[in-house]
Amino acid sequence: MIEIADLSLVDWSRAQFALTAMYHWIFVPLTLGLSFIIAIMETVYFRTGSEEWKRMTRFWMTLFGINFAIGVATGIILEFEFGTNWSNYSWFVGDIFGAPLAIEGILAFFLESTFVAVMFFGWNKVSKRFHLASTWLVAIGASLSALWILVANAWMQNPVGMTFNPETARNEMTDFLAVLTNPVAIDTFFHTVTSGFLLASVFVMGISAWFLLKGREEWMARKSILIAGIFGLASSLTVALTGDISARTLAHVQPLKFAAFEAHYSGRDNAGLVAAGILKDSGQLIGDRAKKEFVVKVEIPGFLSMMTGGSRNVWVPGIEDLVHGNAEKNIMPVAEKMERGRYAREVLMNYKKAKQANNTEEAEILKGMFSDRDFIDEYFSYFGYAFLDRPEDVIPNVSVAFYTFHLMVMLGFFFILLCALALFFNYRGSLPRQKWFLWIMIISVPLAYIASQSGWVLKEMGRQPWIIQDLMPVGAAVSNINTGSVITTFVLFSILFAVLLIAEVSIMAKQIKTGPKH
Amino acid sequence: MLTLVSYSFLQGYWWVIISLLGALLVFLMFVQGGQSMIFSISRDEIYKTMIVNALGPKWEFTFTTLVTFGGAFFASFPLFYASSFGGAYWLWIAILFSFTIQAIAYEYRSKPANVLGKKTFDIFLLVNGIFGPFLIGIAVATFFTGSQFSLDYMNHVKWANNWHGLEALTDARNIALGLAVLFLVRTNGSMYIINSVNDEDLAVKANRKLMINAVVFLVFFLFFLVSIMLSEGFAVDGDGKVTMEKYKYFQNFVQMPAVLVLFLAGIAGVLTGIIMTIFRKSRRGIWYAGPGTILAVFSLFLIAGFNGTAFYPSAYHPESSLTIRNASSSHFTLRTMMYVSFIIPFVFWYIWYAWKAISRKKISKEELDNEPHLY
Ligand code: HDD
Ligand code: HEM
Ligand code: HEM
Repeated sequence: MIEIADLSLVDWSRAQFALTAMYHWIFVPLTLGLSFIIAIMETVYFRTGSEEWKRMTRFWMTLFGINFAIGVATGIILEFEFGTNWSNYSWFVGDIFGAPLAIEGILAFFLESTFVAVMFFGWNKVSKRFHLASTWLVAIGASLSALWILVANAWMQNPVGMTFNPETARNEMTDFLAVLTNPVAIDTFFHTVTSGFLLASVFVMGISAWFLLKGREEWMARKSILIAGIFGLASSLTVALTGDISARTLAHVQPLKFAAFEAHYSGRDNAGLVAAGILKDSGQLIGDRAKKEFVVKVEIPGFLSMMTGGSRNVWVPGIEDLVHGNAEKNIMPVAEKMERGRYAREVLMNYKKAKQANNTEEAEILKGMFSDRDFIDEYFSYFGYAFLDRPEDVIPNVSVAFYTFHLMVMLGFFFILLCALALFFNYRGSLPRQKWFLWIMIISVPLAYIASQSGWVLKEMGRQPWIIQDLMPVGAAVSNINTGSVITTFVLFSILFAVLLIAEVSIMAKQIKTGPKH
Repeated sequence: MLTLVSYSFLQGYWWVIISLLGALLVFLMFVQGGQSMIFSISRDEIYKTMIVNALGPKWEFTFTTLVTFGGAFFASFPLFYASSFGGAYWLWIAILFSFTIQAIAYEYRSKPANVLGKKTFDIFLLVNGIFGPFLIGIAVATFFTGSQFSLDYMNHVKWANNWHGLEALTDARNIALGLAVLFLVRTNGSMYIINSVNDEDLAVKANRKLMINAVVFLVFFLFFLVSIMLSEGFAVDGDGKVTMEKYKYFQNFVQMPAVLVLFLAGIAGVLTGIIMTIFRKSRRGIWYAGPGTILAVFSLFLIAGFNGTAFYPSAYHPESSLTIRNASSSHFTLRTMMYVSFIIPFVFWYIWYAWKAISRKKISKEELDNEPHLY
């Protein structure tokens, strides 16, 4: 932790984590949403006893199973990877971070895996009521597991509820409730889960549209579109709302991420919101980083100020203010934060030295500083800055943040329209004839995946260089292994994932073509 | 009241839970044991289908137990998580791979258009069935034989060689436990198949398997046990200083007679299960061998961590060894997690309830024709 690891090791470890996390995330949102859609369908079957509904439930359940298996297979990789690839991180914050992970296993994974078995194998073995309850429990279990993993992730974005213990050289939890009710955790949970609901709705609508195009299974397709349309419309509205709330929280918690995804360089009041635009290098520099500017943009005047503070007169800091500081607005320059972080690190090193030299008295004094509120607020809270070389290192990749954010938001509004139109045409009964619209529904399926992946890329890359906001940069978190090992595992994972994805898609396509069984 | 629970009590409490999860994991790996025999127990496709479908509804529990074992270890002893996973990189990655390919194999093996073909997915099951238990056995053996790491003053791990965990394969004692676990889960797997499949022919075949596996298991297990009892162990004194002590693990049994009783009861359970299956042709052997396995593994974990013993010792730099005192989470976190752990009995209850509900009918040839969801 005292020295930053070799850069290529850090980059390969990040690449491996990004690969495995994004791969896991291909399957997770569908699990989250489809489980609820199936549960709703089975409830109708339970109420009506209609075999048609049962057949339909079982068709979607088959697709669920194919997707679920690979979600499970990739989840375990992520969990182990915190240890294998980010071991310094795992010690530095394991006292806080491990708890939600363990709770997830005890509370959520067992629920999912127990009742998934009943859901698949129980049709002829348990009562209808028990079966229905199992299906609902699977859905609830999936969302519960999302809750805990997101609590863990939110803590990295906005660390709360802990103090640093110099003796063990790690952060220790002092307030579990604070970790649980972290505003970032709450925003993220609702936004992520509802985005999963939305993705699954778009998935169900897309496949149903395909059946309609082929002139097959019209009854099932229309009922599926009805359910997915309502579920999707409600979810897409919630996604937009919770996304907006997330952005507002960000403005306070991770102002640099916020400024980056708006490509907002110099602070001003009455700041406009860029709804869409194209970026290029401006030729100017911040430190040694190229500054971006817009080639074209569509801007809503004053809206950014409205969003952040509720009024046009609110001043919104830009990237430059956040890096160089702005005395007038009381923003500390990063260079100053680096000084303070280094001081905190020096106190820690001196404490360790005093302890090694058995200088108990001095050690006690130095140790005491870490429970002193002023020292924590003024110095230790900038601990991570001690590892930075230059102030501009705190700037995340602006283009990535800008494009992923805007793509996601545009698609978000598009999906609201999509669900509304699907419901409208379905209600009118004209859906099978609207070939152009059926095609749009099919093409929307990959778009939903793109939106969902963009969200995570924004979230994770937008917080670079931090693995824990302000406390630990990624370079200090990585395990002490040779780069070659990580490259090897990266390649192995890539091959395995590619093969499994091909198999998954092929099996899925085959099951869809076969259609529901009689 | 509960807020008064002492730090050292909680550290012990969590070691007990970790031990229990580890014990359950080894028992539940009967799924892997069964998988490791899918090609050898019978060449007949129908038997293979029966075996896979007897194991199919259970594999997720084993998997989830492994995940929870990892998560609970992370939450209660994060220094172990950081040091072992980050240091013995290749050992854990190998375990990881073997479980990743398992998770899709059941669902995909018999689905049309699965690209790789049934045979490949069955090989995935076989690979997981052999390497999963074997490598986990190796990893657990290092709790007794030690690993090659040191910790710096910031508690960051450095591995002493570039093998990153694979060097554990060069110690005969580790290999012995790895093989013992493998053959134990095969023994349990045979008994599970005998218990849950209603087919005379298959029962005879499984019984034959059981005999060989049980003998091999006993040989390797005794070798491991005797060599561990006779070798030096990693003792920790009150100040946390680690020294090598002769017959340490044997001493632990002697000084904690209750654990010894558990251990012997466990061994007796396993032997009873084996004997009644082989000689009395009973189908209920797994009901004895299963709990027996849990008790025996549980007590091995207990002697690895309690009575002033380093549970994750470093043979390279003994001072860096991890104990339940220096590797645990903070008092606050352990207490919070203790509240969470109170829900575990409830989790057991609903798992039990659901298992019973779906295992009411045994697998048989007729059953396979009626079952709508088949692997
Ligand atoms: C928003 C939801 C979400 C997010 C962000 C993640 N996961 Fe996940 N995970 C799920 C939602 C989920 C799920 C929907 O609940 C899965 C998919 C299939 C399943 O069984 O549960 C799952 C499965 C799953 C499993 C297998 C569970 C089992 O044994 O049944 C593990 C070990 C993890 N995940 C671990 C992780 C880790 C360490 C993550 C962080 C990097 C992570 N997941 C991100
Ligand atoms: C499943 C959804 C997730 C996706 C798609 C995702 C995506 C990513 C991406 C793209 C990166 C690479 C960032 C970069 O290299 O710049 C990353 C890194 C990382 N993420 Fe996530 N993430 C997900 C969930 C999580 C969760 C829930 C956690 C924590 C529990 C987490 C923890 C991390 C860590 C530790 C890193 C490595 C450090 C870093 O490069 O920032 N991620 N993730
Ligand atoms: C409609 C307008 C939308 C807005 C205003 C919006 C806003 C946001 C913001 C600000 C973040 C970053 C949060 C952070 O870094 O802490 C985010 C993340 C994310 N978004 Fe969206 N989003 C929208 C639509 C969508 C859609 C349509 C999807 C997918 C179908 C989606 C999926 C995600 C995911 C998975 C994340 C990462 C997890 C999280 O932070 O919740 N979003 N969104």
